[in-house]
Amino acid sequence: MTTLTKSMPAPGPLTPSRFKVFTDGAVVAKRNLIKIKRVPDLLVFSTMSPIMFILLFAYVFGSAIHPPGIGYREFLIPGIFVQTVIFGSTLTGAGLADDIQKGIIDRFRSLPMSRSAVLVGRTTSDVLNNVLVVVIMSGTGLLVGWRIRSSVGEAIVGFLLLLAFAYAISWIMAVVGLIVPSPEVVNNASFMIIFPLTFIANTFVPTQGFPTVLKAIANWNPVSSLAQASRQLFGNTGTTPLPNSPWSLHHPIIYTLLWIVGILIVFVPLAVRQYKRAASR
Amino acid sequence: MADVIRAAGLVKTYGDVHALDGLDLAVPEGTVLGLLGPNGAGKTTAVRILTTLLEPDSGSAEVAGIDVRKRPAEVRARIGLSGQYAAVDEYLTGFENLDMIGRLYGLGRRPSRDRARELLESFDLSDAGDRPVKTYSGGMRRRLDLAGSLVARPPVLFLDEPTTGLDPRSRTDMWEVINDLVKSGTTLLLTTQYLEEADRLADRIVVIDHGKSIAEGTADELKAQVGGERIELVVASAEDLPTSRDILAQLAEGAVGIDDHTRRVTAPVTGGAGVLIEALRRLDAAGVTLHDVALRRPTLDDVFLTLTGHAAEIEADAAADTDVPLAEATR
Ligand SMILES: Nc1ncnc2c1ncn2[C@@H]1O[C@H](COP(=O)(O)OP(=O)(O)O)[C@@H](O)[C@H]1O
Ligand SMILES: [Mg+2]
Repeated sequence: MTTLTKSMPAPGPLTPSRFKVFTDGAVVAKRNLIKIKRVPDLLVFSTMSPIMFILLFAYVFGSAIHPPGIGYREFLIPGIFVQTVIFGSTLTGAGLADDIQKGIIDRFRSLPMSRSAVLVGRTTSDVLNNVLVVVIMSGTGLLVGWRIRSSVGEAIVGFLLLLAFAYAISWIMAVVGLIVPSPEVVNNASFMIIFPLTFIANTFVPTQGFPTVLKAIANWNPVSSLAQASRQLFGNTGTTPLPNSPWSLHHPIIYTLLWIVGILIVFVPLAVRQYKRAASR
Repeated sequence: MADVIRAAGLVKTYGDVHALDGLDLAVPEGTVLGLLGPNGAGKTTAVRILTTLLEPDSGSAEVAGIDVRKRPAEVRARIGLSGQYAAVDEYLTGFENLDMIGRLYGLGRRPSRDRARELLESFDLSDAGDRPVKTYSGGMRRRLDLAGSLVARPPVLFLDEPTTGLDPRSRTDMWEVINDLVKSGTTLLLTTQYLEEADRLADRIVVIDHGKSIAEGTADELKAQVGGERIELVVASAEDLPTSRDILAQLAEGAVGIDDHTRRVTAPVTGGAGVLIEALRRLDAAGVTLHDVALRRPTLDDVFLTLTGHAAEIEADAAADTDVPLAEATR
């Protein structure tokens, strides 16, 4: 037991490496991914509901909804991608709330590690989780008749845009997870936000028939522009957007990118600040 | 010797609760301070401030000569913390937990792995090292958590209630581990609700209540304030009270107390069980019938009663905590 502390090197002044946020972030991300590996139910359940969505929408609504110039399933799948990756990013909030509850964040905060590494690691592992989810969803989509009709390059940009948007949402969820008292509350709160956000949009149905106010919201909702951008990049657009659509839907990629940048500019510093003061509850 | 941990006038309030109400602490290098107090006394708050997790409302604190409020990052490089609840990751193995901490302290890949194995070995966790922590017992988790705080061989260590919630066997094991640790020169601040634990492990004890220090000294000094151990017995018949008092007076270190109403006789003694057996032998020979007999040591309750005039709030604490250390200590 004397080996515990003897030959203790005098802890010199820490040289805070510029890269420590990334090396520490990688350590934290690896730890989160191990959890996904050890508790595969998490992944199973986070993909089950979108698969169910695909099947329900495709077979139940599919016969009733006719987007202009395209089969409903091709219209639907990019929308489901959008909803799924956004839900995937709630993992960030739930994970952080759980870590606070279990005192793990306190342990991290008592270590001489980078102050933002826990958040960087968390959001990174959640994006990787989303990659897995998107792969599973794409497979399901292909089975029910979805096809990529664009180039490989465009399709890759499409997937990257989805993941980038989800990554930005992760930082919003991080702030939520650091404020609310438990992972359950994060999950309930995000349901309340994400369902309206993804339904008042062109995610599942074309917006032409929406009442005026809802239509205006839907048109400028970044979820719509992301779905529209994905449809364009996967070649699932048909004739949408209609000629009288606003700028946001005529330039959905740029409009979505603006949102991603805006969200990151606001919520990264907010999350880091909240992390520093997060007290265990 | 220089004080490695020093706090002056720490205040922290939550609404109208004074978690800390002007706490001063000083721990000389290489010594162990036991911060003793009931649930809600402010122990965890003090530890969290000293380990940079919490900003005090006012007051100052230094660890290893570094101001915790002004240069928290440097403090963190020199301390180890094992919080009140084992902060280990359930889904990682014991090894992965320690290796992760090693990497976050800035150890290289190999040194971090070697250190993790070394610590698992020292803490008797080698066999379980590659199992997820989910399968560990409470005692194993605590040991792993403690091991985690030692990864970087910190010169200053904070342990917040390291044995609360452990069964007696694990508690004794943990005491041994901590005893070995302090022999190697680590400066340690330890919080506890058990006088016995502070007695076993600490060089000096600070008793706190409502965020303030109410007594300070070595375990012996504190016990002397409260009185040592005593024999308490209840006789079956009031007629036996005088006989019992006379017999106990021969063995007692001080005045023998009698309560006619409850037929209780109390005698301060030294010598533990030996004295008790001798007393029982003599009482038996004199034909005294006993309803109840006990050898009582001073407990935290007694310390509190003596120091503050009010009992530690056992009722409320028992409800708030799954473990009931105070009630247990009085048994
Ligand atoms: N985050 C908090 N919010 C509100 N009250 C708190 C908080 N943390 C501690 N307290 C209160 O401060 C007092 C001291 O708590 P604590 O330091 O945890 O005591 P101990 O560790 O000695 O049991 C208690 O009354 C507790 O309820
Ligand atoms: Mg406490």
